[in-house]
Amino acid sequence: MLKMTYAQHVWTHLQKDLRLEWRARDSINGMLFFALLVVVVFAMAFDPGAYPAITRQISGGLLWVGLLFAAVTALNQSWAREQRNHVLEAQRLAPSPASTLFLGKALANLLFVTAVEIILAPVFVVFYNLHPLGNAWLLLLILPLGTWALVINGTFFAALGLRSRNREMLLPLVLFPIAMPALLAMTQATTYVLTNEFTPNLWMKVLTAYDIVFTTACILLFETILHAE
Amino acid sequence: MQWFGPLWLALTFAALGMGFYQAATAPREATMGDLYRVFFYHFPHTILSFLWPYVNCFASFAYLYLRGRDQEKAQAADALAVASAEVTVLYASIGLATGMLWGRAAWGIWWAWDARLTTYLLLWLLYVSYLIVRRFSAGGQTALIAAVLAIFAAIDVPICYESIRWWRTQHPAPVFGGGEDAGIDPSMWPAVLWNVGAWLMWGLLIIGVRYVVERRKQRYQAATALDFLNSGDDTVEAA
Repeated sequence: MLKMTYAQHVWTHLQKDLRLEWRARDSINGMLFFALLVVVVFAMAFDPGAYPAITRQISGGLLWVGLLFAAVTALNQSWAREQRNHVLEAQRLAPSPASTLFLGKALANLLFVTAVEIILAPVFVVFYNLHPLGNAWLLLLILPLGTWALVINGTFFAALGLRSRNREMLLPLVLFPIAMPALLAMTQATTYVLTNEFTPNLWMKVLTAYDIVFTTACILLFETILHAE
Repeated sequence: MQWFGPLWLALTFAALGMGFYQAATAPREATMGDLYRVFFYHFPHTILSFLWPYVNCFASFAYLYLRGRDQEKAQAADALAVASAEVTVLYASIGLATGMLWGRAAWGIWWAWDARLTTYLLLWLLYVSYLIVRRFSAGGQTALIAAVLAIFAAIDVPICYESIRWWRTQHPAPVFGGGEDAGIDPSMWPAVLWNVGAWLMWGLLIIGVRYVVERRKQRYQAATALDFLNSGDDTVEAA
């Protein structure tokens, strides 16, 4: 039998998810349009042009709320792919560690949401007349850390709800309360970039700690979830 | 053991009565007057609503451990997890409500997005979402999904607590262990202790009752499922 390392298993799962998305491009297109709609809806709620100071204060939060809503729509679909043709049953029987399936999918979701961010962030800047007063390069750290915090738990809870009624509704109900400290941290860090009113070091540390703790918990508990019957 | 339940109930009511008497007769507070008396209910409920999640977390770990080993004990652990989660939500709701009553009178507002209030609201939200998940998940999966979620919630509580504490603070500094100016007049101690004790007994009582009800429900469901299987065999043979 061919021996594969843990990383190779993860890579194989990741490749499979990327290939599926490349063929259909459902998740990214759906998320992108959804997030754009959220940007427009927020612009209905207040006038971003008239109050630049307020806009700068709250845009960080709006960006992440938009991304969170968009990510939930895609995360719900990410396991549905595995249910077609009983692929998930086959995955259960596969000799590869269960957590590699999970990590591959979480990494794929990270890439999808990051792709949306790369397109959405300039749109935000243009539509809301933003110009960051803080160190904008920090976004290169804040965005991946924050996205991973949403995606790791989101992928896990989407799998948790696979066999429940109201699967679509369950994910936000579970994900939002648990993600609240991470949302606070990523919003505060992004607000720093826009306003330069305080230092973001503390929030970067909270995000990093949150990522490490929940990645560990997800990897440890995923096998239990996958084999639940 | 038949007498234990009624005896505990009687003792609990006696302690609650004593707590009420102590709270009503404790000396008036220097600046807040009689308003502060809500503290004697607010404090026990909030402090105890931080205790029940530990029971819930412990029961959830026990369920995951016992699941493949001893089904009967695993079911008992699951029943304890439900009971303690429900009582967490109940106590946290009362803690929030009494806090808001006090806030309206003392601060002039029902709610402030202060560190302690926000953390506490998040604790409440986490365990409400736990109960909703239990309701939504399909029959055989409920216990497992809930146990995993309970562990996530238990991990989340300290992270929430710390990150929001760094964020902002308006709630009065902790009355107990909050520095030099903290603490209460010795004449108020009996009222605090009686109420904490009484509400602890009350919480244990309702957890116990909910546990027994949940166990009966599990047995009833198992019996119904068995009946169904037996009748199913007959129809298969008949066909």
